[in-house]
Amino acid sequence: MSDTSASAVAFVRTESVPASAPPSNAAGPVKWVKDNLFAGVGNSILTVLAILAIYMVLSKSMPWILNGVWDAPSLSACREILNGETGACFAVLSERWNQLLFGFKYPAELYWRPATAFVLLFVAAAPVLFFDLPRKLLIFTGLYPFLAFWLIWGGPIFYPLIALIGLIVAYKVFVAFEKNNFTMALGLGALSAIVIWYLSGFVGENSALLALSLEAVPSRDLGGFMLNMMLGVTCVSLSLPLGIALALGRQSSMPFIRYICVIFIEFIRGVPLITLLFVASVMLSYFFPPGSGVDLFIRVVIMITMFSSAYIAEVIRGGLAALPKGQYEAADSLGLDYPQAMRLIILPQALKISIPGIVNVAVGLFKDTTLVSVISMFDMIGMIRGPIVASTDWNGIYWELFGFAALLFFVVCYGISQYSQWLERRLATDHR
Amino acid sequence: MNKSVFFGAMTVASLAAGAAAAGTLEDVQARGKLNCGVTTGLVGFAAPDANGEWQGFDVAVCRAVAAAVLGDGNAVEFVPTTGKTRFTALASGEIDMLARNTTWTLSRDVDLKFDFVGVNYYDGQGFMIPKEMGVASAKDLDGATVCIQTGTTTELNLADFFRANNISYEPVPIETNAEGQQQYLAGACDVYTTDASGLAATRATFESPAEHVLLPEIVSKEPLGPLVRHGDNEWGDVVRWTLNALITAEELGVTSANIAEMSASAGGSPEINRLLGTEGTLGEMLGLSASWSKDAIAVSGNYGEIFAKNIGEETPIGLARGLNAQWTDGGLIYSPPFR
Repeated sequence: MSDTSASAVAFVRTESVPASAPPSNAAGPVKWVKDNLFAGVGNSILTVLAILAIYMVLSKSMPWILNGVWDAPSLSACREILNGETGACFAVLSERWNQLLFGFKYPAELYWRPATAFVLLFVAAAPVLFFDLPRKLLIFTGLYPFLAFWLIWGGPIFYPLIALIGLIVAYKVFVAFEKNNFTMALGLGALSAIVIWYLSGFVGENSALLALSLEAVPSRDLGGFMLNMMLGVTCVSLSLPLGIALALGRQSSMPFIRYICVIFIEFIRGVPLITLLFVASVMLSYFFPPGSGVDLFIRVVIMITMFSSAYIAEVIRGGLAALPKGQYEAADSLGLDYPQAMRLIILPQALKISIPGIVNVAVGLFKDTTLVSVISMFDMIGMIRGPIVASTDWNGIYWELFGFAALLFFVVCYGISQYSQWLERRLATDHR
Repeated sequence: MNKSVFFGAMTVASLAAGAAAAGTLEDVQARGKLNCGVTTGLVGFAAPDANGEWQGFDVAVCRAVAAAVLGDGNAVEFVPTTGKTRFTALASGEIDMLARNTTWTLSRDVDLKFDFVGVNYYDGQGFMIPKEMGVASAKDLDGATVCIQTGTTTELNLADFFRANNISYEPVPIETNAEGQQQYLAGACDVYTTDASGLAATRATFESPAEHVLLPEIVSKEPLGPLVRHGDNEWGDVVRWTLNALITAEELGVTSANIAEMSASAGGSPEINRLLGTEGTLGEMLGLSASWSKDAIAVSGNYGEIFAKNIGEETPIGLARGLNAQWTDGGLIYSPPFR
């Protein structure tokens, strides 16, 4: 067969023609440019204008950045080096680098402690943020707040250790009684923790653990970006559970609890954060005898946490309201009691809906931590506005410092936002 | 909150504050540290340097008081305060004294219940113009645009001055000193006005300070000085006479260089001897050691040395002594006698 057909036909290709490249204006970068940048008269004009605008911005800013001076003792020395040319004076960043990050009073030989705490923060946060990681890592997350406290503030390890033991005992008690009654288990857990902390007071004075201690650093010596990170991380992680509790409380059928939650949320939302901070720093010191009283850092953490938990509560209430009533009824029909229904059915769905809102509050909260500079805490902005710009060497320098602060905040906030988008994709169970 | 609990807490707090205010000197000595309120940062007057050490004209007063009371100029806890928090910090007992370029006014002295113990800097509102304007006196500024911070006494002083001289001006309102600096450099206004020391400090940061001049007219009184709470006169005396010791030391030629030699034994001048405690019991009267003023002066020198080191003509800020010269040189700096 093949022989006859081969002889009958003059020429048959035995292999296919190799595909030739498409015309140059129908593929590759040229096509992309044509389609995306010059697809019509209007598009072309906008493209040219945009390129012009970018060129104008870059032609001014790039020489300023690239010609920057990184090593000079003062602004006037910087200007001498530049000798009239355009250029940034980044020397202020290199000279005051540690002050920008840690504040001006944190002992320089102890910088490794907050730095270690910062690195460990990622290890601790990883299992919470990425739940594909082994669950055993959560143990470290639980230990982290006490470890970080000890590293940053120093002092005897005894106090964070006792706090930790109290919480562990409380958790064990809670687990033991949880099956019987959720509320009772919660109460018993809290009670046992208080008993442990109370008893530890008797052991404390002559304990060998007091000897194991790092050099103590008082709260008012904290500063710089470290303070922003500490306030941001602490307040976000505290305000999330508090916000959930408030949101559930606001929907509660018990009038007393509901009114307390409503009044709290509406009051806090009706007051500017800066007012709360002034109350924390100025008013409260009238109510405590001089020299005693609660640490300023803790007062500020309480105020910011209250503020953001009210917002998070409202965001989560939105999530709860978005759930179809059938979900609540389904939970009831399975015979679950209230805590079980909330934990197993309602909250997982409501929180998933609320992620964008919660992240919004978290990003806003992190940026709001710079407000503490008005109550003379030296966070990053406080350091820039106060000690650095007011020093004789660096008075008159603005762009470099505030640009650097903006860059740091942008990196963190953009990171949070990217994570939340990943989380939304990861949790997507709908069928779009 | 329960009302009775609230008032109860108030009462306890005020009682405790009253008890603490009764003996600030004893409190400071027991604590071993002086809590001194300063600004969060003002060029030349108070700012931490690259090593985190507070430096400046007001800071030197804090250190001198600490040295007089505790014998150590570093036994100070500097509490940074803003314009909004400074008075509550002092009233609540969080700080023992405030040295924060605060103007002595009647309402602050009487209504806010503080005692200004003296004046360590006589300031006043001045004008800065570009040199090329060729104006020699503020009275020739008819029709000028003026950058002025809104809501301050400088705004009122400016209006008074121009009306009194029957000339007109156009105000350009600004919010902060930093903004004023930028507006002035950008040419948004011909004249920039604020406290003269602030003008000098601002001018020092310009790329070419020589192209700008401060006009000779000073149109307001801004006496700046350290202050303490009402009602604790012993403590007020300690701060007042520490400041006076710095001033007297300059008048009598006692400097950080020769103080060790002069205080070693009683010399020929009775007033120096009384000041340095080699004669008489002035320190004991104040409840301090005999070497109190020697310690205070040894920290950063006498008033003139402190001025020269932080804001004087050798520094980038370059303020002339002017009103702040000793009375013997035609200035207003004058201390009552040590006797």
